[in-house]
Amino acid sequence: MSFKDVLIPFKAWGNFFKEPVTLKNPMREAAPRYRGFHKNNVNECIGCGTCESICENEAIVMIPVDSVETKNGDSGLRPMVDYGRCCWCGLCVDVCTTNSLSLSNEYTWVAEDPEEMKYIPGVDKKPWDENEKGWKKPEGNFSYYPLERPHMQELHPEDRDHSFIEIVKGYSDEEALLEADRCVECGICTATCPAHMGIPEYIKAIRNKDVEEGLRIMYETNPLPEICGRICTHKCETVCSLGHRGEPISIRWLKRYIADQVPTSKYAEVLRQDSVEQNGKKVAIVGAGPAGLSAAYYLRQLGYSVTIFEKLIAAGGMMRYGIPEYRLPYDQIDKDVDYILAQGVDIKYNTEIGKDIAFEKLEQDFNAVYVATGLHSGRSTRVPGSDHAMVFQAIDLLRKITLGEPIEVAEKVVVIGGGNVAMDITRSMARLQKIKYGKVNVIATALESEDKMPADREEIVEAREENAVINPGWGPREIVVENNTVKGLKVVRCLSVFDETGRFNPSFDEADTNFFEADMVVESIGQGADLGFIPASYMEKLEKDPRGRIKVDPHTYQSSLEWLFMGGDIIEGPDVIHGVANGHKAAKGIDLLLNK
Amino acid sequence: MSFLNLKADRSKYPQRDADGKMQIDLDSHKFVKLWQGPNHPGVTGNMSVELTLAGDEIVEAKTHVGYLHRGFEKLIERRLFIQGMQTSIRMCVAEPDSNEYVYCTAIEELSNVEIPEMAKWIRTLILEMARLQSLVRVVPGQAGTFGLGLGVQWGVYMRELILDRFEELTGGRVYHMFMTPGGVRGLLPDGFKTRMEENLKEIESFAHRIDDLIFNNVVFKKRAVDTAVIDPSWIDNYGITGFVARSAGFNRDVRKSFPYLIYDQLDFEPKVMEYSDIYNRAKVRWFDILTTVDLIRQIMRKMPEKGDFKAQTPNVLHWTAPKGETYVRSESSRGEYGMYVVTDGTNKPRRVNLRGVSYTHAICVLEDLLVGVNIADVAAVMVSLQTCPPEIER
Ligand code: SF4
Ligand code: SF4
Ligand code: SF4
Repeated sequence: MSFKDVLIPFKAWGNFFKEPVTLKNPMREAAPRYRGFHKNNVNECIGCGTCESICENEAIVMIPVDSVETKNGDSGLRPMVDYGRCCWCGLCVDVCTTNSLSLSNEYTWVAEDPEEMKYIPGVDKKPWDENEKGWKKPEGNFSYYPLERPHMQELHPEDRDHSFIEIVKGYSDEEALLEADRCVECGICTATCPAHMGIPEYIKAIRNKDVEEGLRIMYETNPLPEICGRICTHKCETVCSLGHRGEPISIRWLKRYIADQVPTSKYAEVLRQDSVEQNGKKVAIVGAGPAGLSAAYYLRQLGYSVTIFEKLIAAGGMMRYGIPEYRLPYDQIDKDVDYILAQGVDIKYNTEIGKDIAFEKLEQDFNAVYVATGLHSGRSTRVPGSDHAMVFQAIDLLRKITLGEPIEVAEKVVVIGGGNVAMDITRSMARLQKIKYGKVNVIATALESEDKMPADREEIVEAREENAVINPGWGPREIVVENNTVKGLKVVRCLSVFDETGRFNPSFDEADTNFFEADMVVESIGQGADLGFIPASYMEKLEKDPRGRIKVDPHTYQSSLEWLFMGGDIIEGPDVIHGVANGHKAAKGIDLLLNK
Repeated sequence: MSFLNLKADRSKYPQRDADGKMQIDLDSHKFVKLWQGPNHPGVTGNMSVELTLAGDEIVEAKTHVGYLHRGFEKLIERRLFIQGMQTSIRMCVAEPDSNEYVYCTAIEELSNVEIPEMAKWIRTLILEMARLQSLVRVVPGQAGTFGLGLGVQWGVYMRELILDRFEELTGGRVYHMFMTPGGVRGLLPDGFKTRMEENLKEIESFAHRIDDLIFNNVVFKKRAVDTAVIDPSWIDNYGITGFVARSAGFNRDVRKSFPYLIYDQLDFEPKVMEYSDIYNRAKVRWFDILTTVDLIRQIMRKMPEKGDFKAQTPNVLHWTAPKGETYVRSESSRGEYGMYVVTDGTNKPRRVNLRGVSYTHAICVLEDLLVGVNIADVAAVMVSLQTCPPEIER
């Protein structure tokens, strides 16, 4: 200690002449990244509730909002934030599946009523709604859940273009776990799935490594998981929350994974369905397609005695006779179908209603009848030449392939149509050409431009991998026939398919023409129902809608004849999952009628 | 000037019994019981010290905690891994980032997540910024306990400067929540380094100003020198770490002995002193301010410009960690700050246990250190240990 120690501290007086550092304006603007009050772009938000799930303070509650409509892909709910709980961590922003949520850099808000501090960002207008600054999800590939799917193993095009072996190999345990881990359990998919399958629940079962539980969950709403796990049109994936920032969850492959893991021999034990009490009532089902099978399964669960009448030699309908084996192998169809039939369903193959058994007989012998005969008659383009013997309907060829009947395979083939059936026949033809001629020459052409083609994207990609040519955007004009031999298809450029009112009314540029050489033409522009087996006396009594289609109750699928229910592709779809869904609903509808 | 030596000879009384235990008979009117805390301006946070005084000198001290318990560890054990971070930081307000670091690292270790290089640099930067904002406040705070408030006010301003940088980098001033299991939540904003450098210059000048104001101040010296001396033999017996150990001649620094993040790529020598009284415990931290300023400069110079800052982790909603346990340590401004985490294969930690520095320094060490100290110096002793009651009670 010295005298210096007395003097030196006085140097602090040097500060006397300095500017004070006190902030003059307390409303200083916060940093651009500041985590202030919430903002939400309600039009982008889909109400998935992931922000609610992640908030460690339960500061977010999802609530219905008047200005937002509930629709496929949007729950209609929006997050409400409670500033009595929020700690401004911004985790909700970082996990938001659509990037709609952010924080402004506003940090002062005075309100007398604490209730005001609960508000729905984006809906309850706030001064900071337009504030562009504040916390946003960090840039780059920052994500709190993986955005990409594990790669699905597939047969290489060279290994598959000459055979009908299934292309998609299915997930391994590890891949399925990784994929199941990505799901945020929002349930947006469930709402959109026609059968409202418990998707987040069975995905959770995969995470819990309990595929048996997964199978039980699936059978609650869908008795065809092997089939749907392969060829479902997966409307769920189209709306999956994760699809907004990354790749949607491969819901379909996960479903297949579960079903693949449980061997047929274990189904009965896993699903524990051996003790249904029989109620003695009888239901007839016409057609063993997805709708008929689904109705049969759920009717059996309810104790009805069920008889299916099937025209062909095996069950499955379009799933067996329309979809090629490389997408849906027959043994997988059998796995699902056999389990349903094993529930005590009586099935009469090779039995055509109206020919082998009269429709009236069904009314007499059964308490209720469910008609789900599907769409099996192909429509023709009716262009000149379409009546030639070398012009075929895709659906007929596909059926013959399944039945093992010989079909015509020309060296040069043109397919007209842009849907999945068109892709199926294109790719089947490519395979058959490869086997017969060692090379592929098949052109598929559609009215729609490529981005609007109704076929699944992967079908188009895979068809090309198999050397088929996809050349869309053309309208067929004439199948040119010379000396009674098909020479090819004359087409003109199609400008648009639908008019302003959204009706099918294609417009063409007649000057832009093209010619596809071919020895054989396959038409695949849609299928129609053949309800000729229903006698006119019944038809007259059935109520129709203004477009002449038979009217059914949208919940029970009951027609205006009390005992007659209708479903499957003849009512909605066409696809498997709608059939499964309305078969299930019809079963409940029938139960409602017979169990009054 | 021996008449100024007010220290009484305690060899005769309080009398001791055969076992050496003090005989304190309150009815003798020779002793007074006094509680400092739980609410007291000289106690940082809420805890209390039960003092037994003979005259104005402390003959016995007992520490009492339990006024601040908020059950943080249990709250974390009931939350998803990603949610624990927001709770963990609240275990220490003054330097929350050590919590972020030990918590995130524990979860990463238990889940086998490797964080990107960039994240390591930014985490180190954050930890050093946190150390700096803590030190600029507590070093002059030592003089504050003796009644010299000016340095504290300067220190608070210096802290605000660093908080400005925190705000700009992390989006928060006090609680930053910028580390996240898997990495960090962003890169440095444009111009950050330049603004930081300006602040560092200002802090350096501040350091020299407080050197004049406090460390060359006769009153401060009079009260701090030779007060509450920690004997080197205590260091290992009590498990003393950090600057308290360093002030007593023990080179203890987790950054050096168990290098983590990128500390092994930085060039620094923590200051070690020979004699641990209040003065040196403050002075060693004063040196720490300069070391930290230098470290921040090194980090900003050496860190990469760009790069991934977060590893892809499992989906945070379902994140489960396999069975395991780990202890992660870091060097906070107060000493070794660690977290012990046990996982049991579920999506929540089975056990979280924080090793707050004050748990050793401010319970056991303080009780013994206060004996013989003047009643007026109790607050100074607590601050000289950088007592932080929240980290005692988790
Ligand atoms: S900022 Fe954090 S605490 Fe606030 S609502 Fe979002 S997740 Fe919850
Ligand atoms: S996470 Fe995003 S999209 Fe989902 S509800 Fe919250 S704000 Fe809306
Ligand atoms: S699959 Fe997609 S839509 Fe469905 S619950 Fe998971 S994240 Fe949500």
